[in-house]
Amino acid sequence: MATILVVGEQAHGQLKKATLNALTAAQQLAQKNGGQIHGVVVGGAGEELAQFVQNVHFVQNAQFEHALAETHAAAVAEAAKKIGATDVVIAATAYGKDIAPRVAAKLGAGIASDVLAVVSANQFKRAMWAGNAIATVEVTTPVKVITVRTTEFPVAQKAGSPGQAQQLEVAAPQAKTKFLEFNEVKSARPELTEASVVVSGGRGTKGDFKPIEQLADVLGAAVGASRAVVDAGWQPNDLQVGQTGKVVAPKLYIAAGISGAIQHLAGMKGSKTIVAINKDPEAPIFQVADYGLVADLFKALPELSEEVKKLK
Amino acid sequence: MKILVTVKRVEDYESKIKVKPDNTWIVTEGVNYRANPFDEIAVEEALRLRDANMPSEVVAVSIGSGTAQAEIRSALAMGADRGILVKHDGFLDSDAVARILVKVVEKEKPDLILMGKQAVDVDDNVCGQLLAEYLGYGQATFASKKESLESAEEKAKKPGLKLGADKKTMQVVREVDGGVETLELQLPAVVTVDLRLNIPRYASLPNIMKAKKKPIEEIAPGVDVSPKVKVVKVEAPPARAAGVKVPDVATLVQKLHDEAKVV
Repeated sequence: MATILVVGEQAHGQLKKATLNALTAAQQLAQKNGGQIHGVVVGGAGEELAQFVQNVHFVQNAQFEHALAETHAAAVAEAAKKIGATDVVIAATAYGKDIAPRVAAKLGAGIASDVLAVVSANQFKRAMWAGNAIATVEVTTPVKVITVRTTEFPVAQKAGSPGQAQQLEVAAPQAKTKFLEFNEVKSARPELTEASVVVSGGRGTKGDFKPIEQLADVLGAAVGASRAVVDAGWQPNDLQVGQTGKVVAPKLYIAAGISGAIQHLAGMKGSKTIVAINKDPEAPIFQVADYGLVADLFKALPELSEEVKKLK
Repeated sequence: MKILVTVKRVEDYESKIKVKPDNTWIVTEGVNYRANPFDEIAVEEALRLRDANMPSEVVAVSIGSGTAQAEIRSALAMGADRGILVKHDGFLDSDAVARILVKVVEKEKPDLILMGKQAVDVDDNVCGQLLAEYLGYGQATFASKKESLESAEEKAKKPGLKLGADKKTMQVVREVDGGVETLELQLPAVVTVDLRLNIPRYASLPNIMKAKKKPIEEIAPGVDVSPKVKVVKVEAPPARAAGVKVPDVATLVQKLHDEAKVV
């Protein structure tokens, strides 16, 4: 009988939403392999995860305060061994990508990363070549680790009755890594990967993001950026949308002054409706856009903001 | 210090990637190959660290058939000191690659292993972390720096990774969700690099000539390379239906409101 361990992610003791996307993937897997789902979360939020999963194990002591891959992977692997997990499911966030392979190595498991779909008990779909091909991969080991692309799995709902959170005692390994500092990028806007509307700017902004931000605020949207913008230091790194940045799939994605390099498209072409605004009618972004407008973004975006305001 | 840096031979991201009609892999005929762009950033960082901390050595390693010599040569032309080619024909999963690299590390005993965060062919982003765990080393994934790629530090080609005064530790800035984190790693360690760590140099003609004389050692994998993860099918991604051009903002808003119902 399969036992699936879904790994929670938390910050400041609060469960991150990505965990609930991973839980949906775990539920889909349980449908394929008849498995039972357990949860584990390291550093806090055990009770919160138990709102969604019946059996939750949490690891909480000072040695696990910072999300070091060495210690957190060790704790997750311990939990997996304790419950005899056959599958470990983690969201493919920066945290999940950091720890999941180490968990796999500890368990002698094969790992399928950034999974888009659960095909069967041991086969998964994932993107390769910047999304230019979709591969079905088979994990051949008795224990499997998968990380899942959060935009491909909806958020799981709360369980009918809350489950139980039990503390798991794990001796932290002597870490060879020391946490020094975290510089948070604060924003009043929704988080890029969670927003239902995203307004992104590219090289065409020449670094002036005022019209992008103004439209984003009218729409209650998150702000995104192309690689060129981030490389130039015009916007912080964590706003980058693309295969090498964040993968987003909002209801509405507006790309302004973005030419549409393959690697950018790989990060947003799963969006439901795509709008492209660009001065260059030949820009590749128009090939994936549902609605294309050939225009100067400095003129079109303020107009768009005004028109949308009128609707509201 | 001794730095081991990986260079994987991958399809050029500017080549058109097409899926084979039998859905077993992609079409490789007529595709250009090059070093994985993230690995080039790793090579650049290795060279900067070496030059700032002499005496040091940079060893470039690739795993593949004889053709991967070309990618090792390109790392040597950038300035790496010597190369190692682990000869293997055919597909390897990331786990096999990590276990092969364990053997190379045991042989070379580097102070630092620098790798791209992912190879742009299979886009796995797991190999460096597997290697670190198998070796029992600390790791820093998504290595970056606080200064932008247009900063004075970048123009002066300063390393973004900071070697400690005792040369036994290294400070690494990482791009994580919601901000940047700084870690201190005890060496030896594995660092996988992200886009904004540096801008890799181009090889100069004299250095390309010099690289031809640098040694490349060929070795066998030395491990069981049977995969834990097999690729069973490769398909083209679902195509998006062609969209329409709209003449002005008013039409756009009307369509978003009435047709797409998103505003």
